[in-house]
Amino acid sequence: MQSMSLLRAIGAGALRLLARALAVAGIVGVISVALMRSLPGDAAYRIAAGRYGYDIVDTAAADKVRAELGLDQPWWHQLAAWLGDLAQLQLGRSMVSSEPVIDELAHQLGHTVGLSLVAWFLALVIGLGAGTTVALAGRGWLDRALTTLGLGFKATPTFVLGLGLATVLAVQWNWLPAAGHGGTEHLVLPALTLALGLAAGLSQVTLHRMRLVLASPSVAFARTKGLPGPSVVWRHVLRNTAVPVTAYAGMQLVPLIEGVVVVESFFAWPGIGHALIHALIARDVPMVQGTALCMGLMFVLLSALVDGLCWLLDPRLQARA
Amino acid sequence: MTPIAPRLNRRQGIAAASLLALAAWSAAPACAAPGDNKVLQIASPWEVASLDPAKAGYVFTRMQVAETLVGVDAQGALAPALASAWEVSADQLVWRFRLRAGTRFHDGTSLSAADAVRSLERARANPGVLGNAPVQKITADKDAVVFQLSRPFGPLPAFLAHASTQILAPASYAADGSIKAIVGTGPYKISSIQPPQKMEVERFDGWQGRKPAIDRVAYLAVGRGETRNMLASSGQADLVFTHDPANFERLKAQKKLKFQSLAIPRSIYIKVNAAHPALKDVATRRALSLAIDRAGIAQAVLREPRAAATQLFPPVMQEWHVAGLQSLGRDPALARELLKSAGWTPGPGGILQRDGKPFKVTLRTFSDRPELPIIATAMQAQFKEVGIDMAVAIMNSGEIPGGHKDGSLELALLARNYALVPDPVGTLLQDFGPTGGDWGAMNWTSAALRDAIAALSGASDANRRSVLRGTIATILQAELPVIPVLWYQHTATHSTRLANVSIDPLEISYRIDQMQWAGKD
Repeated sequence: MQSMSLLRAIGAGALRLLARALAVAGIVGVISVALMRSLPGDAAYRIAAGRYGYDIVDTAAADKVRAELGLDQPWWHQLAAWLGDLAQLQLGRSMVSSEPVIDELAHQLGHTVGLSLVAWFLALVIGLGAGTTVALAGRGWLDRALTTLGLGFKATPTFVLGLGLATVLAVQWNWLPAAGHGGTEHLVLPALTLALGLAAGLSQVTLHRMRLVLASPSVAFARTKGLPGPSVVWRHVLRNTAVPVTAYAGMQLVPLIEGVVVVESFFAWPGIGHALIHALIARDVPMVQGTALCMGLMFVLLSALVDGLCWLLDPRLQARA
Repeated sequence: MTPIAPRLNRRQGIAAASLLALAAWSAAPACAAPGDNKVLQIASPWEVASLDPAKAGYVFTRMQVAETLVGVDAQGALAPALASAWEVSADQLVWRFRLRAGTRFHDGTSLSAADAVRSLERARANPGVLGNAPVQKITADKDAVVFQLSRPFGPLPAFLAHASTQILAPASYAADGSIKAIVGTGPYKISSIQPPQKMEVERFDGWQGRKPAIDRVAYLAVGRGETRNMLASSGQADLVFTHDPANFERLKAQKKLKFQSLAIPRSIYIKVNAAHPALKDVATRRALSLAIDRAGIAQAVLREPRAAATQLFPPVMQEWHVAGLQSLGRDPALARELLKSAGWTPGPGGILQRDGKPFKVTLRTFSDRPELPIIATAMQAQFKEVGIDMAVAIMNSGEIPGGHKDGSLELALLARNYALVPDPVGTLLQDFGPTGGDWGAMNWTSAALRDAIAALSGASDANRRSVLRGTIATILQAELPVIPVLWYQHTATHSTRLANVSIDPLEISYRIDQMQWAGKD
């Protein structure tokens, strides 16, 4: 019985996930085309400049690009072509490099996913560690110091944080490379830049939730019945804290994906955020659609994972199912 | 609560220690990397956007992976590269470029004239410089490439120094004619490439010339100026190109870096719609020119007083820069006088008017070169001083050729590269042709100038060419179809670990083959 209901829940979840993914694909496709079309100026010149450098671009080159890409066609033509491609799991070709978008994304997606996961993991370790430590240590100088530091990180724009970290860790101390990719060492600065901002929020949520749990009657009862300290924390405090913290960590995906765009461009990290900026400048609509779709789907997938995790952690949710 | 905390701290201590260990482990290779393995690290803003020579071919020629038929020497003069020599027929319609004997591609195959023709035909079909040359046919004749022209065209060898005309091996092409790999003939071959940012090259043992001292080179495209600045300051990159003017002083002060700033054949000027009612007379255009504080803008924006333009062509274009020409400079009083003589009278709000219409114009510019909008707003204030109300519109670069075509453009601020090919006559032909040019004159034409440019592209006598160049520069200075503002400076820093570094003002090659590690023979 138990396994049947679990299977049904997973099946329903998968269906919901698929529906969300399809909705994201449709919305991304329409909005990308609408936004790119509504930008002022002639896209043919912009695309030609992206291809050959603006020095070389003249009216003749722009006309050639316009004819080749069918830019004088109505907007719905472009959208229909993209949706048609998508139905066959294709994303079209980049207008600038002429390579299939899916090939370019395949190279970039790994870099972005790797960076995001490491940043998320670091944020969890730092945020949960700091929040738990402060909650258990009680109100005092550590609380004030970490809260101030956290607020500082949270309020600092990602770009400034990256600049500060790189100035100290790469230029002053020469511990880490300031840019590039290829080795583990290249991952540290961009991941840390992303993680610190996220960790600041996570530590605050962890701290407040854990304080509530620690003050709750269930913890008082567990202690009164004689459970040793670590068991109280492990069995009652952490699990009760985990559900809202997990949900919050899931919501952090939004700033994470935003931050990726800035961080990748700053640290010359060849991911999807970096590609998105270039595609936007060059008016490369299929690349904009492809990168936005990837980011959207990543978001759908990860928030589904978070939902699943919450479900596993919270028996009340399971009981409701 | 207190009894819980101390015990748990031990566990946290272990967690923190393992995290630190992880960080130390991941940081360790970086500490060892710079300097020890002797890979020359280059950082520049330009991405390897594509393998196609028409799109990002300059990266492969700068990295000395691919070669063109013609190259340039240290003085910027044309020099043999893949072509060991060339000659032109008496009627100047047939050019023969003899290929360097015994040349091998990086895959070991020999270079044939047919291979060269294939690459050149591809370059001719794509947008780029070769399509603008009057070439009728390119054929292979034994060890030579033969160009049949429709009319005499002196700058052809210079066009063949452009990166889009690089010669690639047959193995470079996919079945559909696209480029799948860069198999060139240069002293370095690609060992790994990850577009758009990273490329590594190593010395090619089949290179016939002098053996380069540097074995391996890594190229990283770094878009942000701040990041390039940090790569240079930390010593993590040995050679860094293009710095933001704001960082010049700080970089110059560093002991382990050498900062170089040199003039390049690139000018910033105002393109003028000479049919616009307010701009059609020479006196008004001269007044605009006299209102600009070029020295102030050069110092404040480019941090380089030498960047103030006194004529269109910078001194680095030795043959084109005319020393005796009367300099463009600032004189607001004279500007006001000229405007008065052109019929402009003071109007409401201090803005001049003529025939009842205020002097209101819009200048278009774009942000691909971040200094252009700043220069535009500086000029806006300077024009205001003499009574001209200029709006600045920051748009896409394409709005300039687009506005030229539909006639809506009034003024535009842009940077023009005269080193697209080492001989700028091709660029001048485009800019000052009978109908003007997308990036040059607009609704302005001069038969004398056209004749001089046409005569120059056919002339071979050195004295005659020099006279014609002087005529061209003089007409442009007097008529101001475009108003020169600044000359560009190219900046680079290199680590003192590196010796024999020279920067190519034409940006054709990074000249890696001549560099050495300092302290080595």
